[in-house]
Amino acid sequence: MGRRVLITGLGTFWGSRVAQALEADPNVDVIVGLDRKEPTVPLERTEYVRSDESYSILARIVKAARIDTIVHTFLVVDSTQMRSRTIHEINVIGTMNLFAAASAPGSTVRTVVVKSSTLVYGADPKDPVWFSEESRRAQPPKAMVERSLLEVESYVRDFAVDNPHVNVAMLRFSNVLGPDITTPLAKALELPAVPAVFGFDPRFQFVHEADVVRAILFVLEGRVQGIYNVAGDGLIPWSEVAAICGKRTFPLPPFGLGLLSAPLTRLGLDLPPELLELLRHGRGVDNRRLKKVGFDYQYTSAGTVAAFVEALRIRGMVSSSETAYQYERDVEQFFRHSPAVLADTE
Amino acid sequence: MATVPGPEPKRAAAKTTKTASPTRVSRVGPRGRSTSVALVAVPRPDEPVELADPRRSDVDEWGRSEHMREVARRVYGPLYRGWHRVEWEGLDKIPTEGGALLVSNHAGAIPADAPAIMHGIEEELGRPVYGLADEMFKRLPVVGTMWSRVGGVLAHPDNAYRLLREQEQLALVFPEGTKGTGKTYGERYQLRRFGRGGFVQIAMRAGVPIIPIAVVGAEEAMPILWKSNGLAKLLGVPYVPVTANMFAFAALGPLGAVLTLPAKIRIRVLDPVHFDVEPDQPRYSRSLIMDDSERIRQLIQEALLDMLRQRESVWFG
Repeated sequence: MGRRVLITGLGTFWGSRVAQALEADPNVDVIVGLDRKEPTVPLERTEYVRSDESYSILARIVKAARIDTIVHTFLVVDSTQMRSRTIHEINVIGTMNLFAAASAPGSTVRTVVVKSSTLVYGADPKDPVWFSEESRRAQPPKAMVERSLLEVESYVRDFAVDNPHVNVAMLRFSNVLGPDITTPLAKALELPAVPAVFGFDPRFQFVHEADVVRAILFVLEGRVQGIYNVAGDGLIPWSEVAAICGKRTFPLPPFGLGLLSAPLTRLGLDLPPELLELLRHGRGVDNRRLKKVGFDYQYTSAGTVAAFVEALRIRGMVSSSETAYQYERDVEQFFRHSPAVLADTE
Repeated sequence: MATVPGPEPKRAAAKTTKTASPTRVSRVGPRGRSTSVALVAVPRPDEPVELADPRRSDVDEWGRSEHMREVARRVYGPLYRGWHRVEWEGLDKIPTEGGALLVSNHAGAIPADAPAIMHGIEEELGRPVYGLADEMFKRLPVVGTMWSRVGGVLAHPDNAYRLLREQEQLALVFPEGTKGTGKTYGERYQLRRFGRGGFVQIAMRAGVPIIPIAVVGAEEAMPILWKSNGLAKLLGVPYVPVTANMFAFAALGPLGAVLTLPAKIRIRVLDPVHFDVEPDQPRYSRSLIMDDSERIRQLIQEALLDMLRQRESVWFG
């Protein structure tokens, strides 16, 4: 019998990418995708459920679809996307409900993969050059998104302790760059000149979006357990990141940046507090644990930046004439469930 | 510089000078490659593939740049030779390979001992020294970046372990910390507490010897005449000193406050201290750590007193 997978955050970049990859896997019988937004990529057989992550709905889906694998990608790590209350609802409350549903009596869930972020380590002058999965952060979090992710992780940890028969893997992703994903750092690197805090040249680590999806699928397939950092090899100074992008840097004042953030946002430069700390102190995470269980990266940190630049260049050359995918509920329902559609099995 | 990869491997040995140039040219290679290779999703064969890593600078994971280090050595060299006339004793006790933790006394408002030790070892032994320091440096714009480019690393147990055990480097630490550099002139050459013995624990865990080093002259290079505790507390810094240099070089203005006095610096390397414990333990006996920490402190203190006894002049040694 194949796997029955629930993906939270189907409308997010990661959720849809993972769903697309799982659709190609013959060992996966059922894919249920949950989100508040419609999926932005065409999906063949994933069942999309429009829902918020409320407990009663989650518990019913897990039970009714006999879900055995949960991929929890619906965690907001980009605090510029939405208001902090929404982030709290999605990250903390959503995760709490999800794991409550997964640990209900008679639950069939046996594998859980959570997409967390290296934001949980923070960025502080007292940090070691490399964080291991066991390292603690130097200071309690000030940024709201970091606080919410730490709460999420504590729910995941509780769940893992309470349910020793379930394989729980938590992946902490470093700064993601790639041709298709938009992050605040990517936006900063697309500006004519890259913002940098004067007098600081912190070391940055990147992971390519393809490696992120591959890492999720890797732990899913191998039923890997535990916490893993996911980040490319190498730490690069921010000035060098700008140089690889072929850009100059423009200095932000080293003090009183908080006051500047509102006018900067107006100028199209949305740097949330957690990123300002990162631009000051940087962060490196040790990626050897995931390598040890057999994962191969396809990009180093510098390679990720170079690939990102290359993608930008191509995006600039090729006019985006193809229309974006639009989810049409009735059409999707027709293709999935109408008896008129003949299944295309060879 | 047309270096064609020619079919002459047999003659290569005869031309040692020529073989150096192809390696320099090959640096162009990865830069040229990077633009085209990076995007292609490589199908994965069984053997590990060398990933494209299009770096532009030589800044390593610790933030150190050999290029910047070279510039710093060139700038500091005349000061090292002509101003402080640094002299070493027992430099051969520092291993030419393998990790070791160098432990020294620390003195002067802006301590002259750290650059002297790092410069001397790098010039003489040709191997890098990483200076472990307080996070205070990293909070300061410009200074913090410069500090890490010339080999400064935050004194964090994880950093020290990786440097010493995994990368087998030399790391320099001043266990007195700012308590050593914040001494007033009246307290010169009286070693402060050696922290909480963390340096011993790091060496034990990393399985490397500690090499004690005694430095004479840094105290007189920038003596603290008076310091304001209230102002220091207000600014959140370890000490706000009034140094002799501020008066001696008053004509130079603010530059005078950072220029050291031309005291003769003598550095004595003591016998390495090895620990008879298993590396990689999560914890070591507190009493063992404190015994060894105290012993090393004593060794350095005695060496300092001996060197002071032999010293005839602060300026001429």
